[in-house]
Amino acid sequence: MPQAVVRVQAGDFDPGAELDLLLDRTSGAGGIGCFIGIVRGEAGGRPISAMTLEHYPGMTERAVLAIAEEAAERWHLLGTTVVHRVGRLLPGQRIVLVLAAAWHRAPALEATSFLIDWLKTKAPFWKKELFTDGSASWVAARTGDDEAASRWR
Amino acid sequence: MLRLLYFAWLRERLGRAEEDVAPPASVQTVGELIAWLGARESGRGAAFAEPGLIRAAVNQEFAGPETRLSPGDEVALFPPVTGG
Repeated sequence: MPQAVVRVQAGDFDPGAELDLLLDRTSGAGGIGCFIGIVRGEAGGRPISAMTLEHYPGMTERAVLAIAEEAAERWHLLGTTVVHRVGRLLPGQRIVLVLAAAWHRAPALEATSFLIDWLKTKAPFWKKELFTDGSASWVAARTGDDEAASRWR
Repeated sequence: MLRLLYFAWLRERLGRAEEDVAPPASVQTVGELIAWLGARESGRGAAFAEPGLIRAAVNQEFAGPETRLSPGDEVALFPPVTGG
């Protein structure tokens, strides 16, 4: 069974160190797909000062692990890493890291795309944006995200 | 008895993150639970004003409105997820 490493944490992650760790625990990989999500500085044209990510402790880790295992099975991955941050984040900071190691580039890249699509729609995280004018609002789920996730059915 | 957990704007609108409830025997499914909570909260804010925007998990697995409930279940209610 390919190894999936999943972490939900408040602190930042080091993408280079995570790549090295993935390489260390896999052998034979021909490529690693990588996605890093970053907090944008605006939402709907309005500048934001921070974003807060709430989650469901316990279920989050299970849901993310299930997604990682689904990807590993579909694309015969040699290893995956998913690190998702929670709590208060500032524009420009990293939110999420997805790594997928495979024999060839196509499965590595496809699995990476699948992982981030499903993380957006099948794991219990909720984003709240805090605007520079002091107001705040919960991010509404996007139909586009559902459509992106459903193309992998 | 059911253990309820609320997240995101549902938690904020209700003013609490969790509670234990003992719904009547007629409440057998997730959908019936949401309807029962909505009736209980009516007149006390808009938490359940849009039941179509409420999703659920039972014992930490996503669950549709037809999912049957058992005593002691942990039922989480929340808006559609927005991670990633």
